[in-house]
Amino acid sequence: MRYLARRGGIFLITLWAALTVNFAIPRIMPGNEAAAVLSTFRGVNPAAEHALEIEFGTNVHHSLISSYFSYLGNCFSGQFGSNALGESVVHAIASAMPWTLGLVGVTTVIAFMIGTLVGIFSAWSRGGKLDGLLPPFLFIISTLPVFFVGLLLLYVFSVKLGWLPLSGNYDIGSTPGLSLAFAWDVFKHALLPGISLVIVTAGLWVYSMRNNMVTTIAEDYVKMARAKGLSNARIMYDYAARNAILPNLTGFAMQLGYVLGGSILVEYLFSYPGLGYQFYTATTDHDLPMMQGLFLFYTLAVLVCVLVADLVTAVIDPRTREA
Amino acid sequence: MPGSELEAPDSGARAARRRELPRLLKAITTSRKATIGTLILLVIVFVAAFPGLIAPDNPQAISYTPNAGVSWSHVLGTTSLGQDVFSQLLWSTRQTLIVTLLVSAIATFLSTFVGVTAAYLGGVADRAITIVTDVFLILPVLPLLILLAAYLPPGVTSLTIVLCITSWAFQARQLRAQGLSLRNRDFLVSAKVRGERSLYIIFAEIVPTMTSLLAASFLSLAVYVVGFAASLQFLGLGNSGQLMWGTMLYNAQQQSALESGNIWWELAPGFAVALLGAGFALLNYAFDEIGNPALRPVKKKRAARRSLPRRSRP
Repeated sequence: MRYLARRGGIFLITLWAALTVNFAIPRIMPGNEAAAVLSTFRGVNPAAEHALEIEFGTNVHHSLISSYFSYLGNCFSGQFGSNALGESVVHAIASAMPWTLGLVGVTTVIAFMIGTLVGIFSAWSRGGKLDGLLPPFLFIISTLPVFFVGLLLLYVFSVKLGWLPLSGNYDIGSTPGLSLAFAWDVFKHALLPGISLVIVTAGLWVYSMRNNMVTTIAEDYVKMARAKGLSNARIMYDYAARNAILPNLTGFAMQLGYVLGGSILVEYLFSYPGLGYQFYTATTDHDLPMMQGLFLFYTLAVLVCVLVADLVTAVIDPRTREA
Repeated sequence: MPGSELEAPDSGARAARRRELPRLLKAITTSRKATIGTLILLVIVFVAAFPGLIAPDNPQAISYTPNAGVSWSHVLGTTSLGQDVFSQLLWSTRQTLIVTLLVSAIATFLSTFVGVTAAYLGGVADRAITIVTDVFLILPVLPLLILLAAYLPPGVTSLTIVLCITSWAFQARQLRAQGLSLRNRDFLVSAKVRGERSLYIIFAEIVPTMTSLLAASFLSLAVYVVGFAASLQFLGLGNSGQLMWGTMLYNAQQQSALESGNIWWELAPGFAVALLGAGFALLNYAFDEIGNPALRPVKKKRAARRSLPRRSRP
């Protein structure tokens, strides 16, 4: 229980830190940048302009502390203001979310499965051909910038071969709906961004999984399982891999922050209209409320996943429950 | 993410320091990964130091046909403004390398300071520092970087600052773990008995025993800094007038270089970024194998004799 209480504490503190970063950024940024933000909103949306003036402290009616608390109150009641187009930030994020969630969710699961399996097998056949080549190769691949992998794929499959679309989430001509044709269209558009993310993230799992697995294989209980005459598959999955995967579960959640970051680059490159593309447009448009809302959303997404991973770890690993 | 718990050295600071250099040289020459990584980095350092020796042109001079294809006079073509891409690529090496090394050095220092201090002080201070570190580990890096970079004046200084702020946490946690394992060693106890100041103990007694871990931290930080710096600039959060690989990528992307057939303008800096990252990553991988013998590739014969982890039954 102490384990979960501690993790819950980290959850709250991180959330508070993200909110505070959001609050602090407009106050520490140089004046001309603040002016750029304000000029974006001037005339478009008087309410948003007023809210921003308060945030920058240019409209000094409140003390720093009282505006900090009213800001925190607004966030907890879900009031994140409206973006440069006058649309509510919550609404804008909700409309783009499914695209990113689909892309990041599916690619993370695929990358995790590929990486973990390769890690298990190369640790099991340690010293073999597979083990000597695959983990270092995938590790080097995983250090490539995701946009570079995307650029190469985009060039080969879209520009040169013309097999896959250059950008967007579905053809302008097709009508969204639950038809097979539309699903295929969406799949085609998501394929290259998705593959770029998988290529870059799978290697990270291989590395940590192999290292954990090498350590667990040397444990006495694995020898014991061998002495009992259990089958290789049973030893590999139920004895060694089950324990080796534990640190990776927490890593899984942490890694989500990295993948979400990667999705910003990939969505920008492929003009894929998800959260990352919104984040990019918000930075070029000086749309501060949108950037703050998205940053908070990203942090919250990672936090929820970390919390879920902690719960799962507590279920799988009895040691954490006692500690 | 690469990282390993290194074995603590047996003796005190000085003996450990003496052993480092020959070990390092031996490591570079015996591991193939380390040799390739070192060669890549040496080439890049040479280009960064003397771009003028190889580059045919002034990188900023607008003196040729825009978007001229690949030819003998322009091996990578020209930009949409008519600058020689190959010369830009070479001259961009310097700034890119400087930012990478600078940020990695500062972040290594920060993480050492934070991690070792936490381990050395213990108690409430340790817990507080650990919580801050955990928070920085969870905050999504790239969104945070973008948020910070978007509101600082674009340029190398801002880039360096935001990268330093966001990159120290992971290594700090590792160095703290290593620091904890050293806590009750005789040479530290004796330093405390001598009445040395905490700062002296941290930097003169503890840190020197961690040189190989610091080198590993520096290398893995460099891998990430290369990627994140280029990513930020690719998104347009750099100063597009400064010569760096990331800004070349940004300029090329803005002019749709890929679609318009001027591919090397965009792909060449991409390859350069990948190569620099790979150089650091190879060295880092080799370092981890040296630091943690369990990860080292085993020779076939020996592995067969130790039948346990092998697939064949004894």
